[in-house]
Amino acid sequence: MSMQDETIEIGLTVNGRSHRLAVPASVTLLDVLHDFLALTGTKKGCDMGSCGACTVLLDGRRVNACLALAAQQEGREILTIEGVAREGALHPLQAAFIARDALQCGYCTPGQIMSALGLIAEGGATSEAEIRENMSGNLCRCGAYANIVSAIVDAWSSPA
Amino acid sequence: MTNPFAYARAADEQDAVRLAAAPGTAFLAGGTDFLQLWRAGLAAPSRVIDIGRLALDRIEVRDDVLVIGALARLADAAGHPSIRRELPGLAQALLASASPQVRNMATVGGNLMQRTRCVYFRGADFACNKRAPGSGCSAIEGENRQHAILGSSSACVATHPSDLAVALVALGASVRLRGASGERRVTLEDFFLLPDDTPERETVLLAGELLVAVEVPRAPRRSAYLKLRDRASFEFAVVSACVAAEVRDGRIATIRVAAGGVGTTPWRLKACEAALAGARPDDTTLCAASALAAEGARPLGGNGFKVELLQHTVHRLLADVLVTPTSP
Repeated sequence: MSMQDETIEIGLTVNGRSHRLAVPASVTLLDVLHDFLALTGTKKGCDMGSCGACTVLLDGRRVNACLALAAQQEGREILTIEGVAREGALHPLQAAFIARDALQCGYCTPGQIMSALGLIAEGGATSEAEIRENMSGNLCRCGAYANIVSAIVDAWSSPA
Repeated sequence: MTNPFAYARAADEQDAVRLAAAPGTAFLAGGTDFLQLWRAGLAAPSRVIDIGRLALDRIEVRDDVLVIGALARLADAAGHPSIRRELPGLAQALLASASPQVRNMATVGGNLMQRTRCVYFRGADFACNKRAPGSGCSAIEGENRQHAILGSSSACVATHPSDLAVALVALGASVRLRGASGERRVTLEDFFLLPDDTPERETVLLAGELLVAVEVPRAPRRSAYLKLRDRASFEFAVVSACVAAEVRDGRIATIRVAAGGVGTTPWRLKACEAALAGARPDDTTLCAASALAAEGARPLGGNGFKVELLQHTVHRLLADVLVTPTSP
């Protein structure tokens, strides 16, 4: 058992880089990304798990960073939107979002892309209807859903 | 605005229960409901006990029961081969819960322990006997479209929000609870308490007691879950139901029916079951049984529609489970 007061020491890996941080017990992973690591690509929309703008991959699985306490993430590996492109080259999913014009204001886009990466890793969807159901944790106030689904279909059929 | 808390990581079950003996503590697993409650001031522990690393996430198939560890993630339970094969109603209920992100975080035990989504409970601007005992219930005369028609009291009409709990009640599941003096087993039906005069008490779980596992009896039966909601996905049920049954030699040998979105607890439809047990699953029987689905309902001003919606939901499920594939 490790028992601390308000400040908790955690070690975590974000986009391949290890960090040791002293964080308040009640701070979320989302706020740690923003305020401790200056990674602001992950967005804060509702801050209550409803909109999906804060989606990141935690040990390869998509989660809402606003509903994850940082203190619980000791030893975990996190992938954020900043870690998706490799050596300056966009991930096929990012390229597909651009090609398909799958965004307007862009605020939900990092979460949409991380969620779609999670979906692809789950091996999940075989139809557009299934993609829509499996992307229901991500809201887009601009209503770019049709193009988001098209972008995911494109990326799905191209090698990652 | 929100209350800071101290944090302790439990090393094992025994450690968790020992730490929880102190007043003002709360167990923390997936955290998806806890963080929302905490931000709203509805949970204000002085210390959270992180049980997220305990070895309680396993799903184990035994001869007579399927044991689902309380820390199994909803997504993992929904994808488990034995659950998908033997308990489709349970898998369907899990996949109809929340969003893919939340299902990757939320645990089976936490899902059963989640608090109601009643807007008067979640928002601090109105009287609520669950949030502030004795303050009154704003829903009885207020916006109560989402509220209960079964099991309500003059103190509370909030529904239990879990899809999983409805399926587990229909499947006759039990929960294992671990306290300082050992473990006990309670049927899930008995686990949840009616609101009566104490709506702030929702389960029989004692202070410091830990929900460690869910046990689902294994039997050769069919099951299905149907959830109706205001949008197609990522929404709580307006009405839902689960049917678990076995048809043998053309007759309904065993049957359990439970409903969600309608009761203050996951609600078992016993009148409906009684009309089906031992009968042939013909249309006359199914119609007569579905008509009893809302037996005892006391609708409020805004939710009378749930009576008919529940009857139709149950009828459709009974037809799916009892008639379609197994009967001639």
